[in-house]
Amino acid sequence: MPDVQPLVNGFLSQLKKRKIEGSQATAKQTAEVLRSVISQQRLPHTNQAGALIDAVRAVGEQLIAANPVEIAVGNIVRRVLHIIREEDLSLATDAIAGLGISAGSDDEDDVEQDDHPVLSAAAVAAAARSTLRPPSLQTLLEDMPDSAAVPHTSSSGGESEGKSRSDKGSRGRKLKHDVIEAVNDLIQDISTCHEQIAEQAVEHIHHNEVILTLGSSRTVLEFLCAAKEKKRSFRVFVVEGAPRYQGHVLAKDLAARGLQATVITDSAVFAMISRVNMVIVGAHAVMANGGVIAPVGLNMVALAAQRHAVPFVVLAGSHKLCPLYPHNPEVLLNELRSPSELLDFGEFSDCLDSASGAGSLHVVNPAFDYVPPKLVSLFITDTGGHNPSYMYRLIADYYSADDLVVKGRTTAGS
Amino acid sequence: MDSRRAARAVIDPKVRQVGFFTPGAPPERSHSSPPEALPKSSSPLVSDISPSGNSPSPVMIPPPRHFSDNLLLHTRPAASPLRGDSIIAGSYNSSSDFFPAPMSPAPSSYSTKAVGEGQFFDGIASPGRGIRGNAGKVASSFPRGGFDLTAMRANSVPASELTTVSVVNDPLVIAEKDKADKGGGLTVDAKEQPSSSKPQNEKKLTKAERRAIQEAQRAAKAAAKAEGGKVSGTTTSTNAKPAKASKPSQKIENAPVAASEKKGCDRPSEKDRKKDVPQPRMQYDDKSRVDKAKRRAVVKQTEARNRVELFRHLPQYEHGSQLPDLAAKFFQLDPMHPAVYKVGLQYLSGDISGGNARCIAMLQAFQEVIKDYRVPPEKVLTRDLTAKISSYVSFLIQCRPLSISMGNAIRFLKSRIAKLLLTLSEAEAKASLQSDIDRFISEKIILANKVITKHAVTKIRDGDVLLTYGSSSAVEMILLHAHELGKQFRVVVVDSRPKLSGQLLLRRLVAKGLSCTYTHINAVSYIMHEVTRVFLGASSVLSNGTVYSRVGTASVAMVAHAFHVPVLVCCEAYKFHERVQLDSICSNELGDPDVISKVQGREDVNYLDGWANTDNLQLLNLIYDATPSDYVSMIVTDYGMVPPTSVPVIVREYRREQLWI
Repeated sequence: MPDVQPLVNGFLSQLKKRKIEGSQATAKQTAEVLRSVISQQRLPHTNQAGALIDAVRAVGEQLIAANPVEIAVGNIVRRVLHIIREEDLSLATDAIAGLGISAGSDDEDDVEQDDHPVLSAAAVAAAARSTLRPPSLQTLLEDMPDSAAVPHTSSSGGESEGKSRSDKGSRGRKLKHDVIEAVNDLIQDISTCHEQIAEQAVEHIHHNEVILTLGSSRTVLEFLCAAKEKKRSFRVFVVEGAPRYQGHVLAKDLAARGLQATVITDSAVFAMISRVNMVIVGAHAVMANGGVIAPVGLNMVALAAQRHAVPFVVLAGSHKLCPLYPHNPEVLLNELRSPSELLDFGEFSDCLDSASGAGSLHVVNPAFDYVPPKLVSLFITDTGGHNPSYMYRLIADYYSADDLVVKGRTTAGS
Repeated sequence: MDSRRAARAVIDPKVRQVGFFTPGAPPERSHSSPPEALPKSSSPLVSDISPSGNSPSPVMIPPPRHFSDNLLLHTRPAASPLRGDSIIAGSYNSSSDFFPAPMSPAPSSYSTKAVGEGQFFDGIASPGRGIRGNAGKVASSFPRGGFDLTAMRANSVPASELTTVSVVNDPLVIAEKDKADKGGGLTVDAKEQPSSSKPQNEKKLTKAERRAIQEAQRAAKAAAKAEGGKVSGTTTSTNAKPAKASKPSQKIENAPVAASEKKGCDRPSEKDRKKDVPQPRMQYDDKSRVDKAKRRAVVKQTEARNRVELFRHLPQYEHGSQLPDLAAKFFQLDPMHPAVYKVGLQYLSGDISGGNARCIAMLQAFQEVIKDYRVPPEKVLTRDLTAKISSYVSFLIQCRPLSISMGNAIRFLKSRIAKLLLTLSEAEAKASLQSDIDRFISEKIILANKVITKHAVTKIRDGDVLLTYGSSSAVEMILLHAHELGKQFRVVVVDSRPKLSGQLLLRRLVAKGLSCTYTHINAVSYIMHEVTRVFLGASSVLSNGTVYSRVGTASVAMVAHAFHVPVLVCCEAYKFHERVQLDSICSNELGDPDVISKVQGREDVNYLDGWANTDNLQLLNLIYDATPSDYVSMIVTDYGMVPPTSVPVIVREYRREQLWI
């Protein structure tokens, strides 16, 4: 544990200072930090999963608090928690299966599993091995008592303790090992989600298309380039995206890769949208209701696209899917950046002094926009295309209901 | 559309009664009534109208002015004495109220029909006025009576293109160009040039124009033959000067009619039609025309290398090269008046921007021009001055495309010139023009702004949060005035790259003690939650209610609409235009693309350095966009606060009047 602390603290301070930004970078780093937390965690003999979960939660809470706007951090924490639960469950079912199906039938857990013992065990195990592939709906429904199963594992652990003490140590190591495997998979997924999304590009982009995008998103870049590689020729309007002007970067990258890119100002969005066939943008996070937290300006683009019936497509890796429902997201899931990006302090310093009797001056420079689900035509994630209305379901595959509130739990616990 | 509408109105007198056009109709009828006139029904309008002529209509009382005005030269009064009386009776009170006596002809302009009519009279009475009728379209042409066709031809060219960007055709410009050794390419030019100091005439006629002129000549001849003696001095006035569109068939048909008559009835319909369909603008993807224009250009413009495909039809030039080039040419451009030259440079460098400022600067420059103007020997003021103005306008266009408001102002000025009475001495004419310009500036711009302010301030309540975009002089006045009135409100200034004019506004507002919030256009949907009203300026309001304004206005209006925040557009009525536009692509202005790659005050944003001219990467700097009318809750103009659907009404009813103030 002490070995991990500096690592965690380092990441925390980076998050706080906004040195690390972007959902992919933060997600990946979060997963790595959590992985080392898990690997360093000494597991007690009983309730190993519970101990792991507590440890991850404790760290996760700090991480989330460090930069609540980086929603991906919270997502990854929840994902890891979910992984631990799944692994634990699959181990338990394995153990039970190993002991013989007839044994331990007094557990409520087993009563439920009795119906399809083999199938569900296999399914859960498979799901645990590759988190990417979500468990089937059936297993998910069975998972619902999983939340109840967590405390319950301890009891079963207690029971099994008596039954097979020799098993214990190896099982503890196995749990950790499995979890770390799964987290590695997760990290892998995060770094390769571009490719999986990009694979679908040809299905969505046709010849001679005119595409508009805002800001800079690696996912979008890969997506467009994938289509380009498939010999589609199309043009891209890149909105520069004040105040960060990431659009310039994207335009440059696109041009470097041989795509026709045109940079337009943010204000020209409405003028140009009528000649655009499709809007393809990246997201900062996707909420459970299908709403999108996105770089500032996208709501305007989405409204304009709706006005002209232009499909508004959001690309999002699975690490951007957030299981929370937003409330007042424009304010609560937003961040106000420095005014210096908009106004030169030197020029306006006299105005900023409200005591001078002149009028007061405020500068508002939000970082994100919230795009309500009704403005989104399609989400393309690494598992395929989905409607906004389906996002809640897709998201449910990745998280267990227990972990939705990371913070509340931990504070209550500690 | 107007013509048809008017025709219907004539048929049903009651309907006519209601509208503004009422007055217009009667004169039309008056024409048709004279016996000789009957055959001339060639124009659809007339034919429609003639039946109505029979129907009794108490209301159809044409404005007195025509009559009185025209009496001098009029050959025609005999034709319809009754009419004449009825005209005098004048249902036109409103119009007459509007215009002080000197502008007597004004009323005719009220109704579309009436305009045609007015023109008709004018054509007969005083050529100058005939021109005015055209002014809408053909402002620069002055078919002064008695001029020979070639002269007219010369004029017709610039005229036809006045509203469009291509005024480049100007004779003077060409002349200069020749001097500048550029024009050598045009043999015609070379030939013509020496022939007269004013020679520019035929050179830049397009084929269509030439044909039109020939037809006109033919028609005139035919008419003359038919009429024989009837052709008084007026006939010559012929403004037969055919705008391009005029059809020979009509003319010939008309031939039997008295020449004057012919003109009268023929032209109005023609004109009507044309007037209401704004001239097509110069399309820059039309190679041949662009080449032609280029040869004439004073300012050397290098075309931007990397143009955006979608905007090939718009002029897009390398910026930066023009200014030094122009400066270097100063002494070669002798015909260019220094005041105009200065204004042009200011446009080019962006020192003067904003619809009103540009318009006022231009008008004041023209005032200077007029002050220093001397009528050259053997020239007529109205013609020569109009040509001069046209050449200046084309110069200004090369510096920066005209805004619609400037187009309107030029139209006004030319109509004033064309309308000058021949009897005026040079000094008087100049004085009257200068005072006209003064009045235009003060009434149409400054006073209008005050009226708008007065109206709009009533919409500001305590506790309001007002959002404005960019920097609009009208909105600024409103905000300041409301502040002076002691209203408690907050202002959100939304700004956008690359001009960042909002910062200037912000500075002025804060200095006056208003509390402001500043943000960029992307954040508009963040800030819109707290906003209670949106005030926007406009470069122009088109007759389908579209607000043509600085790029980004549409986005702001759209977001406001989505948040159910009322959008008030503040725009002086002189900026209204009868053109319609659905999108921001077909007509727009392209700014310097290079300013996009550099962000003012942000040296860290330099990703595009060195990329600006690669083949795959283009930068697009649009200047305007078109806000659909359904995003606009209200348009505040000097005629009051109207919904966007009422814009065409204002355009139609008051537009003409502008020509007459």
